Amino acid sequence: MASPVSIKNHHREQRLFQRRMLIATVIILLCAITLGSRLVLLQIIRHDYYLELSQGNRARIEPIPANRGLILDRNGKVLAENQAAYQLELVREQVPDLTGTLTGLAALRLIPDDEIEDIRRLVKSRRGFEGVPIRLRMSEEEIARFAVHRHQFPGVDIRTRLTRFYPQGELGVHALGYVAAIGEQDLTRIDRSAYAGTTLIGKLGVESAREKELHGTNGFREVLVNAQGRSVQKQGGLAPDLRSRAPKAGSDLILSIDLAAQQAAEEGLKGRRGAVVALDPDNGDVLVLASHPGFDPSLFGRGLTREEYTHLSTDTDRPLFNRALRGTYPPGSTVKPVIALAGLRYGAITPEEHIICPGIWFLRGYAKPFREGKSGRHGAMDMENAIAHSCDVYFYELAHRLEVDHISEFLAPFGYGKPTGIDIKGELSGILPSRAWKKQRYKNPAEKVWFPGETVNFGVGQGYLTVTPMEQAHMVATIASRGRSFKPRLVTGLKDPESGQMSIIPPLRLPDVEGIPEKDWDHVFAGMMGTIQRGTAAQAAANMSHTAYTVAGKTGTAQVVSIAANEKLDMKLEERQRDHSWFIAFAPVEAPRIALVVLVENGGFGAAAAAPIARKVLDAYLLPRGFGTPPAAAAAAPAAPASAPAPAPAKVPPARAKSPKKP
Amino acid sequence: MIYEQLSAPSARRTITIAARVLMALKLDGPLLVGLSLIAIFGLVVLYSASGQDMGKILRAILHLGLGTVAMLALAQVKPSSLRNAAPWLYLFGIVLLLVVDVTGHIGKGAQRWLDLGIIRFQPSEIMKLAVPMLCAWYLHERPLPPGPLALLVVAAIIVVPAALTAAQPDLGTAILITIGGGLVVVMAGLSIYIILGMLLTGVLGAWYGWHLLQDYQRNRVLTFIDPQNDPLGAGYHIIQSQIAIGSGGVFGKGWMNGSQSQLEYLPERHTDFIFAVIGEEFGLLGLVILLMLYLFVVGRAMYLTTQMQDTFGRLLASSLALTFFVYVFINTGMVSGVLPVVGVPLPLVSYGGTSMVTLLAGFGILMALYSHRKLVGS
Repeated sequence: MASPVSIKNHHREQRLFQRRMLIATVIILLCAITLGSRLVLLQIIRHDYYLELSQGNRARIEPIPANRGLILDRNGKVLAENQAAYQLELVREQVPDLTGTLTGLAALRLIPDDEIEDIRRLVKSRRGFEGVPIRLRMSEEEIARFAVHRHQFPGVDIRTRLTRFYPQGELGVHALGYVAAIGEQDLTRIDRSAYAGTTLIGKLGVESAREKELHGTNGFREVLVNAQGRSVQKQGGLAPDLRSRAPKAGSDLILSIDLAAQQAAEEGLKGRRGAVVALDPDNGDVLVLASHPGFDPSLFGRGLTREEYTHLSTDTDRPLFNRALRGTYPPGSTVKPVIALAGLRYGAITPEEHIICPGIWFLRGYAKPFREGKSGRHGAMDMENAIAHSCDVYFYELAHRLEVDHISEFLAPFGYGKPTGIDIKGELSGILPSRAWKKQRYKNPAEKVWFPGETVNFGVGQGYLTVTPMEQAHMVATIASRGRSFKPRLVTGLKDPESGQMSIIPPLRLPDVEGIPEKDWDHVFAGMMGTIQRGTAAQAAANMSHTAYTVAGKTGTAQVVSIAANEKLDMKLEERQRDHSWFIAFAPVEAPRIALVVLVENGGFGAAAAAPIARKVLDAYLLPRGFGTPPAAAAAAPAAPASAPAPAPAKVPPARAKSPKKP
Repeated sequence: MIYEQLSAPSARRTITIAARVLMALKLDGPLLVGLSLIAIFGLVVLYSASGQDMGKILRAILHLGLGTVAMLALAQVKPSSLRNAAPWLYLFGIVLLLVVDVTGHIGKGAQRWLDLGIIRFQPSEIMKLAVPMLCAWYLHERPLPPGPLALLVVAAIIVVPAALTAAQPDLGTAILITIGGGLVVVMAGLSIYIILGMLLTGVLGAWYGWHLLQDYQRNRVLTFIDPQNDPLGAGYHIIQSQIAIGSGGVFGKGWMNGSQSQLEYLPERHTDFIFAVIGEEFGLLGLVILLMLYLFVVGRAMYLTTQMQDTFGRLLASSLALTFFVYVFINTGMVSGVLPVVGVPLPLVSYGGTSMVTLLAGFGILMALYSHRKLVGS
């Protein structure tokens, strides 16, 4: 209408429009088909794939740590258990002012001032809704202090978690070991998934050796989580259809340790440095494994402060050092019973042969004589008396007759020179010298040669020969059982805490010491009983001979520093330079139930420091087992010495072996 | 047909009364039923998707109410009045867009809203109606198919508001405005060759326009091409929505049982991505039912369009009907991973006031165009 060219052909326009509508309809249908096929692809063809993805989306697997197994002594007394400990946890997203909160906690002396920055970084590094422990092992007093001010600290709360607790404190720590935070090194050898949700792992001792059994198997549960990773109980009508598996608690360990004897040993060592090891000669059970000083293993499980750790690791008494398994010392005269047996075995001597002890012994080619200990002369000595009085001259002569390689060959099956194979880690071994050993040990050709004088020193347990208290205990147990030998073991059984089912670990027998007739054993036993009754230990262990059970023993003194022959022997040496004191014993002699070794570092003469400790341990173990019933038992002793008992001298000459080698 | 099949006289009477009421209100019965069913379905889904937020449901009902009022009101307007109002509505919209753009520029940030104190609304929504109206108004008296000059004018009518909207920046709405206007021209008989030529230009323009896009817009395109490219960033939406739809299967996980939606893995789950919630909780079945409802509404709207007697009515009604389908297709296509992610809500189901009101207002116009036609013609 407006312009002349605009001739509207309504009919044509309507047809055009209708054609367009038709095309539009076709396009719409095409689009709908496209969409429909897409939905079929997603919801039918790929349904399983997406269903799995959505399942993975919504559920997070949360580990449920298994309860760590208990550790019990042979009588069922608890040595290690799990206890709730209190810790302060902070949930960042609930804390309005993080810096203010931490400063406030520091003002209450709940966290150290100088750790605020570290804690702040730790908290920031975790997700906002996670509880981050900012203070471990709170004392009751600290809990109370926090409780009063709790309202000032939203988002901070006290949580409990299970931690390892050792009710006996330091007792037996070197056998038990401890648990501590999983370290970088641990991570390389454990299955990380098995330790998800666990922060602690066994270190040292049976805690480490039996980690696998103690740890158990973690369970898990699927937790519904939203997109932020926050766990939700239930949201909307979403019915949780989640899997879970209950954890399987770790096995309880039954140790061979006898708590009472262990206690007696550690009390005896109080104030000293030393070790006590006691074995059951019949099966290798470790009844006592004590190394003193020790430390409280609970500290590690609850988290050690830096200060505490520095204190432990720099203490000159080295509380972390396991003397029983890792300390090597010359055995001194405690080796003599085995040398005597070697003499009998190789026919170098008979029990009846007397050797005159003038207090001094000469070796051809050696200008300086080998001296008897401090006092001097024993006169004529047969084997039993030589052991009882620890006559050095007798054993100088015997060792010289035997030759070094015979001695080391004979000593080997007693357990010298190689680890005993006890069922915890970290054991070292002493040195069992021989010609071959020396040749290999030294580079200088002049030093590769074995000198006869070295054999003489070997005979009294000085020189190259060194042993650990554990090896020495193994030797005593082998003597006590007349040549039968067992691998020492701490773990005698495992108990499933759920079913109560026990699995007993059978003792492991090692090759016997062969070729020694019963009567030869009797002679050595008699000599060792003589030690207690009239010999070197008679005074120090005065009461021992009066007890109901019979004891065989031997004292020993291991030199710490060499003293030139012409120097005056000063018993008041600096404490750290004094000799180590040894005492070995087994009882009852007729049917030995316990064989033990006591070592007191710098304890001086063997009987003085070590023997009384041995007495306490023997009492603690034997008296409750029916050996305490009055005197008759002693009379019944079949292995009573055949030789005429010499009256116990009031002052027993101490056996001191002096090596004259070095100036 | 239905009328005959019903045997009970009372039911017959009810239907008759309803038909009379609808007639009096200038409403179209089938269209109203379709829209209502979609809206009800939407509310049911929204209750689950919003995490049982009754507040949102009430507000959504309020939006529906406002939209219904707008629809009712517009249905009463005579087509000639609508046609006369078109230029004024368009101008009003342009002014508001400028205001929003300027305040947005001052506020240094995306600005789409105009805050009127009580209500906030997006002026760009007005343009969704005003642009096709003005296009239809302009072409109403011109001979069709439109000549070159007419095409230039129409292009200007479309480009100005689209550009202003894109500058907010709101690419999604800008595209929808362009489509709304463009459909008018296409329905007016735009030559197939020109359409193909424009598509070609579009491809070339896209290649060039790539450099003009904002980073987040480029990301959307890139992510559409490969969602795994950035699974936690821009691709997250698409991946999660596909997981939601796919894991729903044929029958779905059940109402309020969709883990993707309930545990907040699915972003924007009560607005742009609500289609995925339906897919997860009601499965393929639910989606097909919803799509059928949409197709029914579009089909009915197209049928009404064919009953129009003048060019203005035909062009505007067809544009409104087809745009409605385009909305549906863009949203569902984007959520199911057929199209790139553009911020387009699912009509009548997604939570959001302005779009609800605009859509229902559009249907009001459609009904007005239909119900006020002269009954003498065909």
